[in-house]
Amino acid sequence: MYRLDKETGKQKFFAGDGTKSVISALISIFIGMLVGTLIVVFVGLNSDGISAKGILEGIKLIFLGLFSTGRDGGDLSFGFNVVNIGNMLFRATPLILTGLSVAVAFKTGLFNIGAPGQYLMGTAASICIALSVPTSSVPAGIVWVLAFCGGILAGALWGAVPGALKAFLNINEVITCIMTNWIAANLVTWFFDKSNLKNMTEAGKVGYTYKTSVNGVQTPGLGLDKIFAGSQVNGGIIIAVIIAVIMYVMMSKTTFGYELKACGANRHAAKYAGINDKKNIILSMVIAGGLSGSAAALYWLSGHTEFYWSTYQALPAVGFNGIPVALLAANNPIAVIFSGCFMSILNIAGMQLKTLTAYNEYITDIIIATIVYLSAFSMMIKTIINNVQKKKSEKGGEK
Amino acid sequence: MVFLIQQTMIYAIPLMIVALAGIFAERSGIINLALEGIMIFGAFCGVLFVRIMQENNVFTQQQGQLLMVAAMAVAAALGALFSLLLAFSAINLKADQTIGGTALNMLAPAFVLFFINLLTHQTAMGMYVGDAASWFMIKPSTFGLPRDHDFGFLGNLLINKVYLSTYICLILFLVLSVILYKTKFGLRLRSCGENPQAADSLGINVYKMRYAGTTISGALSGLGGFVYALTTANCASTGEVAGFGFLALAVMIFGNWTPLSTALAAVLFGLFKCIAATYASIDINGDGVAMLAQIGVSPYVYRLLPYLITLVVLAFTSKNSRVPKAEGIPYDKGSR
Repeated sequence: MYRLDKETGKQKFFAGDGTKSVISALISIFIGMLVGTLIVVFVGLNSDGISAKGILEGIKLIFLGLFSTGRDGGDLSFGFNVVNIGNMLFRATPLILTGLSVAVAFKTGLFNIGAPGQYLMGTAASICIALSVPTSSVPAGIVWVLAFCGGILAGALWGAVPGALKAFLNINEVITCIMTNWIAANLVTWFFDKSNLKNMTEAGKVGYTYKTSVNGVQTPGLGLDKIFAGSQVNGGIIIAVIIAVIMYVMMSKTTFGYELKACGANRHAAKYAGINDKKNIILSMVIAGGLSGSAAALYWLSGHTEFYWSTYQALPAVGFNGIPVALLAANNPIAVIFSGCFMSILNIAGMQLKTLTAYNEYITDIIIATIVYLSAFSMMIKTIINNVQKKKSEKGGEK
Repeated sequence: MVFLIQQTMIYAIPLMIVALAGIFAERSGIINLALEGIMIFGAFCGVLFVRIMQENNVFTQQQGQLLMVAAMAVAAALGALFSLLLAFSAINLKADQTIGGTALNMLAPAFVLFFINLLTHQTAMGMYVGDAASWFMIKPSTFGLPRDHDFGFLGNLLINKVYLSTYICLILFLVLSVILYKTKFGLRLRSCGENPQAADSLGINVYKMRYAGTTISGALSGLGGFVYALTTANCASTGEVAGFGFLALAVMIFGNWTPLSTALAAVLFGLFKCIAATYASIDINGDGVAMLAQIGVSPYVYRLLPYLITLVVLAFTSKNSRVPKAEGIPYDKGSR
């Protein structure tokens, strides 16, 4: 519902739906941070090992962890830290993509809780291709492209399973996604257990695969590694942003995107209007799976991370964290870039907390979970904003 | 054989009780995706309670059974409290239940690991002294008998090297199943998951019933989480329960939302878990040959079979599955 200004005839800034989403996201973030701060204060007051100064430092790091430069003569020092920002961008890359994965499915009315499984399948495919195609006979660049596409394809196939079950048999995608997640976790562990990609040469690396850089396959830095010297950043973040823009164009400027959204709004109405709802549901999950797969590919192909393959009892957190990223962004692909970076900033703040104070990194996970919990009733926040506006306009009318 | 049955029960009991938790929530109309999270939270609370009691010497090792029952009660109570978060968002605020459940699933491990890390500076928290077997397991010495006393086949099966929690959970399962099907309360609860509007028109308070369903669900999953930690993880909390909450969800679906089939499904899935964990050394007919290891099927097959079977069963029974009709839909008095 648009509210137009009486005098200018333009849409009021606070009345736009996008603005409301941003406001409710900001409120969620604010309350989440507040909960984190309260826990830090509460724990600090109740434990002997943490002084008032320690509490203050904990709070400072939650909010400004990205700009932390360590300790300077006993006190925390803050400043422009290129290593932190570079690492933030590197960690944001998979988060943006899993966030997009959840967001695209959401637009089609599907809750893609299967991102962790799709991410794992993408991981297995891209690491396998990157390590087993010999770079002595095939140029490393081509191997990289093959591995990247392989990751996307594996994720897409894995996403297609719940999509097909939903489309043809109308089985709740949440249940099938959970099942496929754990099947993927076991399959991937099984695959690496039998493969020769396990790191057998370095002691202390039991359970890890080789880095893809062993075979010379590595995401190019595209100059970012020069700007943020000493950090893990590479060209992956640029690819992620490009993919986000493509998703935005696809969802809001093409017929296909319109059909997807129509299926999400009302599957039966869309069918009545002549849209092939089954095809669109499957395609939506395929795209979502492909995005999660690309998240895995970009993360592991960086060349300096090793995959802990014995993962049959745990699912990757980055898959689940796609959910808060998408929720915070209200499923807008462009906004996902920013919410992905925000999650990654929280991650960095968590690591600073762990190294610099008596607290640990899990406080940021509590903040993220609180944000997810709050976004479950973002509708309510929007209604409150609407009511406030109504009251204001009523008052204005009386004058 | 005795070993196989006992091991299977160790895995099946938490699955059974947590699947029943799922049934209670879903039959009242609330999708409880947070089973896993509440289990993690319940396990943490129970273990923390045991630790604190041991630290302050409230219970001696001879009173281990008493301590265990008290810890189970604490885990259940705090699990119920934790599940109120889900009930509040799903019932009062009419929020999306899957997102609310996911939030709890993310909150529980974060919260638990945060405190474990503060308390122990590690990623796991065990008992203060001793281990689960010496404190809580029923052994010949519990009855004042010598260590190698032989109870006979049935005795060995039922009272040697078992946990009292197994029987408490079995009794709870029976009692609650009867309540769900044979009492006024149970009928009302189930009606809220099928047709809340009709239930409301007959004077049933749908909100209250759904709160009851979710709270019972929270208590059972908290209890199940602690029992899991006690019997399979040596009474330690690590911020995860190895996907047992999700497996319980699969058990519930496999059991078609009814207690009896769910119990059977739990035993079946428990058997798979047990085989996957012990397949290399398991000796079914007692001829000294580890048969399953010789067949050469990878343990990962047994681990993923429960999930795969659930998928297949869902695919084949989707037409006549007994999903509670109103589950996942927030109850709004105004709509019809």
